[in-house]
Amino acid sequence: MNETSSSPLLSLRHLTIALPKGADRAYAVEDVSYDVKRGEILCVVGESGSGKSMAANAIMGLLPKGVRPVGGEALFDGQDLLTLTEKQHRQLRGLRIGMIFQEPMTALNPLMRVGAQIGEVFEAHGQLSSRERQEKALALLIEVGIPQPEKAIRAYPFQLSGGQRQRVMIAMALALEPELLIADEPTTALDVTTQAQILELILDLQRRRGMAVMFITHDFGVVAEIANRVCVMRHGKIVELGDARPVLDNPQHDYTRALIEAIPSDVIPEARGAETDTPLLEVESLNKVFRSRGGLFKPAREVHALRDVSFSLVKGETIGIVGESGSGKSTLGRCVVRLEHPDSGTMKLSGTDFMNLKGEALRRERHRVQMIFQDPYASLNPRHRVGYAIAQGPLANGVPRAKAMAQADALLELVGLSGTADRFPHEFSGGQRQRIGIARALALEPELIVADEAVSALDVSIQAQILELLEELKQKLSLSLLFITHDLRVAAQICDRIIVMQHGRIVEQGPARDVFLAPQEAYTRQLLEAIPGRPEALETV
Amino acid sequence: MLYARLIVMRLLKAVVVLFLIVIFNFFLIHMAPGDPAAVLAGEAGATDEQFLRQLREQFGLDQPMYVQLWRYVSGIAMLDFGYSYRQQMPVFDLIMARMPATLLLTGTAFVLSLALGILAGSLAAARAKKPSGSLIMALALLFYATPLFWVALMAVVLFSVYLDWLPAYGMVTVGAGYTGLALALDVGKHLILPATTLALFFMAIYTRMTRTSMLEASQQDYVKTARAKGLSPRIIQRRHILRNALLPIITLAGLQAGQMVGGAILTETVFAWPGIGRLMYEALMQRDYNLLLGIFFFSAALVIVFNILTDLVYRLADPRIKEAS
Repeated sequence: MNETSSSPLLSLRHLTIALPKGADRAYAVEDVSYDVKRGEILCVVGESGSGKSMAANAIMGLLPKGVRPVGGEALFDGQDLLTLTEKQHRQLRGLRIGMIFQEPMTALNPLMRVGAQIGEVFEAHGQLSSRERQEKALALLIEVGIPQPEKAIRAYPFQLSGGQRQRVMIAMALALEPELLIADEPTTALDVTTQAQILELILDLQRRRGMAVMFITHDFGVVAEIANRVCVMRHGKIVELGDARPVLDNPQHDYTRALIEAIPSDVIPEARGAETDTPLLEVESLNKVFRSRGGLFKPAREVHALRDVSFSLVKGETIGIVGESGSGKSTLGRCVVRLEHPDSGTMKLSGTDFMNLKGEALRRERHRVQMIFQDPYASLNPRHRVGYAIAQGPLANGVPRAKAMAQADALLELVGLSGTADRFPHEFSGGQRQRIGIARALALEPELIVADEAVSALDVSIQAQILELLEELKQKLSLSLLFITHDLRVAAQICDRIIVMQHGRIVEQGPARDVFLAPQEAYTRQLLEAIPGRPEALETV
Repeated sequence: MLYARLIVMRLLKAVVVLFLIVIFNFFLIHMAPGDPAAVLAGEAGATDEQFLRQLREQFGLDQPMYVQLWRYVSGIAMLDFGYSYRQQMPVFDLIMARMPATLLLTGTAFVLSLALGILAGSLAAARAKKPSGSLIMALALLFYATPLFWVALMAVVLFSVYLDWLPAYGMVTVGAGYTGLALALDVGKHLILPATTLALFFMAIYTRMTRTSMLEASQQDYVKTARAKGLSPRIIQRRHILRNALLPIITLAGLQAGQMVGGAILTETVFAWPGIGRLMYEALMQRDYNLLLGIFFFSAALVIVFNILTDLVYRLADPRIKEAS
């Protein structure tokens, strides 16, 4: 392999891929040329819609219907992949080119055992007997570091965590020792610590096998962590291409610079104090246990979502609640907006017992705490015009229709979407929908906004815009914010104080600057270290 | 182990449900206007009070309601469903005599519609954009929309009267005295028309559902994963798409299976098929309450049994169900 290491394994030459008629642009990628050498990791970076995955799909022969290459070539080991018949392409897939995808939750067949799904790769290429396939599958599961591999091989995907499923995907992609691995956002859907582990695994396997890796991501933090070379894409064109370090340290193109700057990986939170000290929300020893109903013969399962959670939020303050999935952070948010009722504890809003309000009293007070949800696609009713979606809250509270609609117009203007009240949600982009979600939360003139992963589903540059908008609105309308996120970098940007949660407990809380620069607890340090692309400076503090 | 426990639990529940159904049916029937003794006496041509009283006494109709109910329920517990005044036979024997014919008819229709429906649906999904796919869907829509009795009559006109290929009614050729294989062939010949007629409607539903479900499944991420492995389209279609697409079909098949006793009245009537459906129709017209109650009981029991079976099949087909319940 060494003598060929200088010649590229994969070489895209002026690749142009056409989108079907009626798409928002003519070409998914236009005149794209880059190489992937053996033994190197190339990161293709871009935001959603940049066309960064399209070239990969063309290489695999997995382009969506109606999308087809119209120009250029994709040379793999000297052979143009674009001229292959479907059958020839199929023989390459899985054997010489492996691929892993973004969503480990849905990328595995829910009805097949893990071992069978790995075994299929050998079957597809007519290799090994069925017993040998299972032996190989087990060896692969051991190699990708799945806990209890003997059990995992008999498991169904739903019995595994997201990180474990991604390991299974990797095992599958690597089964036949492909020369090229294409990884399409493989860590985006994972927690920071899991992401760090998966990146580590990919790096390790790549080194051990001398594979070429094409790693598609939107996250420059990940790039800093693993890339040898970087290709930055925007609107289907290459913006910048080069070795990783120079591009990261000294980006030539404005867009690259903007992308790198939008990542708050080196943001050290400013020391900020709240302007007042009137407590708005006081939470004391909140507990919440979820019980799965046991049967006559089956013991009930208990999950402690909240254990003895206490904190208080001062008027005008932004508190970040940080934790991995399953830490109870969302349950806490849902308790605060009274979507969930805690088992015990107290919760006061400006001194009144908010937790035990009922009926009419709750209806009167409820508007004071509003929520912004994570998924800007799922949280708006697709059949309602956005003006109506925003006005619904006030309407339910007895505001006359004309006034409520006028208010909705004004709110849309406030979030930068003036004159759009009679459009439907599908006419907006993700970032715009999140703005609508914010307007909807503001419609009831709340004092406290709970934002549950409000920017997690958005591209970094859009994330920055939404965070800015939240900050601005907070000042303008003297709001307080409870900001729930798994992303410490985001929390660092806008939070005054940070609460770190794990297994339903508060592990650490304090001013954002202290938590970041001098974390007291091991778990907090672990979370901080898992952030991809952290500058060395922070680690040594 | 898990299944055994589940089945025991479900059977216990089923007994309770059946008990409630028996009581409910009993009161429902007794609320219906008309006195069976009067009907019987009327048909016998006698109207004198003496005869009526004698009849009521003989069948226990003079007892208070709770006594009648108790007698009925305790009878059922020992598989004694009472006596049909009209047919002069125990209800249980009557039903058992008719049950095989009905099950043969509905069972054949069930298997036929399920197999052909899934096959046609898979073909239509694989050829979603080709004329052959559209043709399948057009036929499915036609069968779905056409009334069952009309299809039945037209089939008789075409295949029996006009072409004379198949017998128009009955289950065996009267007076032919066939035995063994010849009998089986004869019954099979008689079975074709009614079974096909009965199957068409559900076949159309399965076809439409399989197609939709498969097209949806083929959009899933795991299908892309399967393609990335280099699997052939045939294996992907069968192992990844069809298997996932079948889950909603199971629910529907369970519903159809539950209708196996009561769902063939129309077809049995048109084709003079000697099954439960016709027995029920006659019992209804003649106010044969005990017989009606017996048939109600059996069709309810069958619905419950197939519900349990559907749940079990679902569990076999989808491993996620075990944990969720």
